[in-house]
Amino acid sequence: MAETPVRGSARSVAEVLAQSQVEQVLAELDSDLVGLAPVKARIRDIAALLVIDTLRANLGLESQAPSLHMCFTGNPGTGKTTVAMRMAQILHRLGRVRKGHMVAVTRDDLVGQYIGHTAPKTKEVLKKAMGGVLFIDEAYYLYRPENERDYGQEAMEILLQVMENQRDDLVVILAGYKNRMDTFFQSNPGMSSRIAHHIDFPDYGVPELQQIGLCMLAQQNYRFDAEATDAFERYLRLRMEQPHFANARSVRNALDRARLRQASRLFADRNRQLTADDLTTITGPDLLASRLFQPSVPAEAP
Amino acid sequence: MMTNPTQRLTQGQFSFLPDLTDAEISAQIQYGLDKGYAWSVEYTDDPHPRNQYWDMFGMPMFDLRDPAGVLMEVNHCRQTFPSHYIRMMAFDSTRGVESVAMSFIVNRPQYEPGFQLERSEEAGRMMRYSTRSYAAGMPENERG
Repeated sequence: MAETPVRGSARSVAEVLAQSQVEQVLAELDSDLVGLAPVKARIRDIAALLVIDTLRANLGLESQAPSLHMCFTGNPGTGKTTVAMRMAQILHRLGRVRKGHMVAVTRDDLVGQYIGHTAPKTKEVLKKAMGGVLFIDEAYYLYRPENERDYGQEAMEILLQVMENQRDDLVVILAGYKNRMDTFFQSNPGMSSRIAHHIDFPDYGVPELQQIGLCMLAQQNYRFDAEATDAFERYLRLRMEQPHFANARSVRNALDRARLRQASRLFADRNRQLTADDLTTITGPDLLASRLFQPSVPAEAP
Repeated sequence: MMTNPTQRLTQGQFSFLPDLTDAEISAQIQYGLDKGYAWSVEYTDDPHPRNQYWDMFGMPMFDLRDPAGVLMEVNHCRQTFPSHYIRMMAFDSTRGVESVAMSFIVNRPQYEPGFQLERSEEAGRMMRYSTRSYAAGMPENERG
């Protein structure tokens, strides 16, 4: 079978966008994800590059496929995994990956427990991720410089080889805390040089966290009454001061606890006819019962 | 009489066609993946038709989405056993089927000597026939 390059007919950016429907994903990204301005800007840049590359290819201008391996750094709960999933969709729409699925793994999925266990394990994960995005969470655990016989080294070597040789088949995204990823890259110059895009996820501010909370509630068919809206803002300010604050994840946990309290409140009143309004409303006391509002606050679970 | 005029083993699908290119193999893999089959790679140096259980090269590959992953395994096997027979099999796990749905050879030795037909005469001038593959004539570690 002869390899003939497929040349599209699109000559303008608008035509490529219309054919790939990528604009829709970008719009969803803007509307669904709160804040994250630098991240969105970088994703737009990457999308623009891929669109221009498509146009170049249509005119027969040779250019090597850009390396799209990325590193997402940021504190917990800043949306790294969520953005990675979106990234897989965007890359798929732009024709950069063939399938557009995401395989999320951690060290345990890549590194084996005894000699000869690591290579097949890593390869199996890589095979599953082919045609999509491989998301390695807490990637800095892969390499442990303090133990020179660590099998993580072997996994890294296989990973690097595939990242270099099969760039068309898969995109690797590493994720982790900023400072630990920096240390990781310092001890692995090979990995650092193969990753073109380093994207830092900023922490959220109170207004952004509020908006995220409201989005989460709306998705689950809940809402705050006026008192709860107010209490939620106060709760967030207090919670951000606490240790183990995990941004959006802490918001989700807080809301889950508020739902528990709302449920017990309604449960206590056996004979009351409950309306849809009762069942969807989280009131001020549901939030104010949190330990954070008690006089002496022990550290709350993240 | 030539029993094997093309000097090629004909087992499985596509075996009367010229060797498939990687692009064609990918297309077949994609077809299998779309059907929900799990691909696996096997190799042997004994092409006897009754040698049904070849050696597995790694585990069967479940939950794959893209042919590149399977092709990676095939190429790895080709590197390891350049002059063995290598075949790919697609396992259909549908309840009630649970068997191999596709199978074809993706690598063969440079030289394929074929088979010998052995006749043995039994009591009462009865003839018994058996086939023996020339390729497996040598001890295992001296073949190829």
